[in-house]
Amino acid sequence: MIVAERKPFEEVRAMVKDFKKVLTVGCGTCVAVCLAGGEKEVGVLNAELKIARRRQGDPIETGGVTVERQCDMEFLEALDGIVDEYDAIISMACGAGIQLIAERFPEIPVFPGVDTSFIGVNREVGWYEEKCRACGSCVLGMTAGICPVTMCAKGLFNGPCGGTNKGSCEINADQPCAWQRIHERLAKQNRLQNIIDICPPNDWRNQTPRTIVQPGYKDRLAAFGIK
Amino acid sequence: MKSGSNLEKILLAGHFAFTGELGPPRGTNVSVVREKAKHLVGMVDAVNITDNQTAMVRMSSWAASLIAMEEGLEPNYQMVCRDRNRLAMQADILGASALGIRNMLALSGDHQQFGDHPQAKGVFDIDSTQLIGMVKKMRDEGKFLGGADIDEPPKIFIGGAANPFAEPYEWRVHRLAKKIKAGVDFIQTQCIYNMERMRQWVKESVDMGLTEKVYILAGVTPMKSVGMARYMQLKVPGMDVPNAIIKRLQGVDKKKVADEGIKIACEQIEAFKEMKGVSGIHLMPIEWEHKVPEIAERAKVLPRPVV
Repeated sequence: MIVAERKPFEEVRAMVKDFKKVLTVGCGTCVAVCLAGGEKEVGVLNAELKIARRRQGDPIETGGVTVERQCDMEFLEALDGIVDEYDAIISMACGAGIQLIAERFPEIPVFPGVDTSFIGVNREVGWYEEKCRACGSCVLGMTAGICPVTMCAKGLFNGPCGGTNKGSCEINADQPCAWQRIHERLAKQNRLQNIIDICPPNDWRNQTPRTIVQPGYKDRLAAFGIK
Repeated sequence: MKSGSNLEKILLAGHFAFTGELGPPRGTNVSVVREKAKHLVGMVDAVNITDNQTAMVRMSSWAASLIAMEEGLEPNYQMVCRDRNRLAMQADILGASALGIRNMLALSGDHQQFGDHPQAKGVFDIDSTQLIGMVKKMRDEGKFLGGADIDEPPKIFIGGAANPFAEPYEWRVHRLAKKIKAGVDFIQTQCIYNMERMRQWVKESVDMGLTEKVYILAGVTPMKSVGMARYMQLKVPGMDVPNAIIKRLQGVDKKKVADEGIKIACEQIEAFKEMKGVSGIHLMPIEWEHKVPEIAERAKVLPRPVV
């Protein structure tokens, strides 16, 4: 899932300081699971805003609504009749959701309520770990299911570097060396040959904004001029 | 002859090579480079010019290499993968070769978080093994990494680094083999203090036939103080400093510690001269360039052969 963190309150407050009526929109998918931007977090942020503005003698009116997925236009329709009553929107979705809201309501200022952090896994409630950088050319088959682009601080394809330190990364003793783990797991699976061969320079495909059209939908979307 | 560099000729002729190191200044102060270089002329076969060492901004390695050449030294131009992508790397390699630089050392580079710009975006577009392969392709096939032809390919003697002490030990020799397969001509190792581990790694390399395909220069850094030895032991990743070294430095009079450090380094050099599979020494006296003549003298590596 996409993991995000609630922005510091002062930052959010500063962004909406000139607005009197703000709609906070949560997202019921990834950011709800990682406890950053779901229904509950929408309520908390609105309460914080109301208290702070009342104290400063400049009350704010807030509304809260959480949609299933902000990254899907279909679910944004639900906001159509609502947003007109507000001066600004705080979106608590990931960067994709925030942008789609801004695209749907181009007349209204949209502000991010979270910092989108990474694609990761749920280790335990409240504990998430980055796993994928969406490089677009996956090497997990070669590296025993451990991503060197994400987990190696240098993103090496022929590691480990000379800084590998008794199983840890040179940047931090608490950060495991990705390549040591890759080596150990491949050795156990008797697949070391995978990394004895040189891995050639990567074909980075995350350097331009990307779109994907699944094969089965190519004809249908071509009718709309989408390749 | 791949590059025609002095270092290549020395090694090809079967001499025991001796290389040094020079860190460029944190500014445009050319006299610093000239002053450091002066101590090294006639003492070493080539001198490594470091590239934003420890992730701190310094005068560019190719520029300092050219100044070293003016002073009569042969540079070993270091290039790290942290600071530039494959386009900038290839451009710098062409420029370096065009201006007479004939040796290069391909490195990953310390992570940017250690330096004075921890916010920097680490590039790491390609890694050090891939960089070695890229330079070899440019030199031997006359082609850029992208496949296009080069109008007069660069002439570069290609170096790489090796750390015999990082775990998993059994993988270290395979990583050396990968660099050889990628096209490395010579290897300079991490600073060595654990001679037993080094001996083991060299033996494995010899047994695998790797030392027939690459020249290994053993890294030596004399300890200047007990504090330095402790710091290297505890704080520098990938470094293996046995307690015996620290005890030995502690065992001499305070004023004699630096001298004892040089003595240890000279004993190591003597051992490496006898070690099958080791073709020379890479001396890295950290900010101690002026001591190189004394160390070279005491290590009995002078005069340097002329080839």
